Amino acid sequence: MTNETVIKTEDLTKRFGDFTAVKKISFEVKRGEIFGFLGANGAGKTTAMKMLIGILKPTSGNAKIAGFDIYNQTEQIKKNIGYMSQKFSLYEDLTIMENVQLFAGIYGLSDDEIKQRSSELIHKLNLQNQADKLVESLPLGWKQKLAFSLAIIHNPRIVFLDEPTSGVDPITRRQFWNMIYEAASNGITVFVTTHYMDEAEYCNRITILVDGVIKALDSPAALKEKYNTSSIEDVFVLLARGAKRND
Amino acid sequence: MSAVEIKNIVKKYSTKKTSVTAVDNISFTAERGELFGLIGPDGAGKSTIFRILTTLLLPDSGSAALLDYDIIKDWKEIRNIVGYMPGRFSLYKDLTVEENLEFFATVFNTTIKENYELIEEIYKQLEPFKNRRAGKLSGGMKQKLALCCALIHKPKILFLDEPTTGVDPVSRKEFWEILKRLKTRGISILVSTPYMDEAKLCDRIALIQKGKILEINPPKNIISKFERNLFAVHSPEMFKLLMDLRSYSKTETCFAFGENHHLVVNDSSISAVDVKKYLESAGHPKATVSNIEPTIEDCFMHLMSK
Repeated sequence: MTNETVIKTEDLTKRFGDFTAVKKISFEVKRGEIFGFLGANGAGKTTAMKMLIGILKPTSGNAKIAGFDIYNQTEQIKKNIGYMSQKFSLYEDLTIMENVQLFAGIYGLSDDEIKQRSSELIHKLNLQNQADKLVESLPLGWKQKLAFSLAIIHNPRIVFLDEPTSGVDPITRRQFWNMIYEAASNGITVFVTTHYMDEAEYCNRITILVDGVIKALDSPAALKEKYNTSSIEDVFVLLARGAKRND
Repeated sequence: MSAVEIKNIVKKYSTKKTSVTAVDNISFTAERGELFGLIGPDGAGKSTIFRILTTLLLPDSGSAALLDYDIIKDWKEIRNIVGYMPGRFSLYKDLTVEENLEFFATVFNTTIKENYELIEEIYKQLEPFKNRRAGKLSGGMKQKLALCCALIHKPKILFLDEPTTGVDPVSRKEFWEILKRLKTRGISILVSTPYMDEAKLCDRIALIQKGKILEINPPKNIISKFERNLFAVHSPEMFKLLMDLRSYSKTETCFAFGENHHLVVNDSSISAVDVKKYLESAGHPKATVSNIEPTIEDCFMHLMSK
């Protein structure tokens, strides 16, 4: 982690009609930091994330992602970030290699880079013998590892992960986090949401969003000390139990 | 007579190119009034088992009975005695909350009024939204409506396929409290979940991986059968610590576990003091090591690694 700020938001707000989904959230994330974004269902996580990746215009407030403004530099933002979600990550009816080449192309790599990075990636994941198989034949955990590798194939400044490990078996879940650590140590900032509270502990800092407002923002250890609890789950329950909203 | 008795069930899914054995010779029994958990990750075969038991899918081989009704021969009777909440939201999105409930009651030849007391506690939270279309409900509300619809004909056995997946920890807690109360009404419940911490809320659990059962027992028996020394280890440099613990000659497995790493050693004579000595020599002067009791997740990972 370095001192360089790669995400900075100031009073970021999104209203839908008379409903305020995200209310004046302000935070900074440093380069190489693993930043956990937690909240109850309906707390506003997805809305906030959509604004940060440049696909939803805020109602008010400011944010800079990798130095680019979220109002009028969204194309530059998209080139400098990676994104993966739990629900959609890969094309099931394409082979592993076809997915790799497609994503590398979408992220704007040159033909030479595509050739080189895809072969590196396949080797690193040990998928040499399966490169021609359809993605649908891979177990979920492998799909998610592949999807993560693709989300960072263009070496982005920041990668956004939306519940990347939901439903994944416990061993693969941990292998996935090793990949996150590795990416972070290579200077990629990781912005991640999860419902597994043990995973919150792997983050450098976490925020807990309740009804669109940041209720807590600190390192896991500092939060446990502040709320005098033994686990992040207890902190979460303490802060989120009073939530009015539910999606 | 058991609530559920399944014997040697096999189910394969085949396409032109691949064949996957989703359920690989599984047998188990769930007793009446029991809260029985199927615990395992995606792809373990949990949903396939549920769909076979609720007569929505035929097994390739093996047999199963619910309260002595055979799943193939007596499928009509079975559909009247089971309530099923599928993993994917399967209500009518363009009907309102009340219309959905009414529809399911009518299909089962009953009325909301007749069995209202069974769903009252859950439905009360939905009542302010009873004229809202189901598709417009929040995730937590959809889940509660689906549970009401699965209960409205007063089933004897309830099948809940991953009711808490993607649900935040607070709503998950509330949902399990509802299940506990339903259990006291004498309803047998089979529930599946990928969250290992929910396993301890079941009377008995089956740990499932890749279509096979790794173990069936009450959670506390599974924990007491973990016959290894387990240590929680912490140091300021957690990633380096993980690597260093994995290269320790006494390590069987080591995985990150929230704020600590969990270390299983291959030699029962190794104590926390020995681990600490090794870590000091490996450059972790501030490491803390303590002997702990395993969680269900430790047991699951240990069984998976076997």
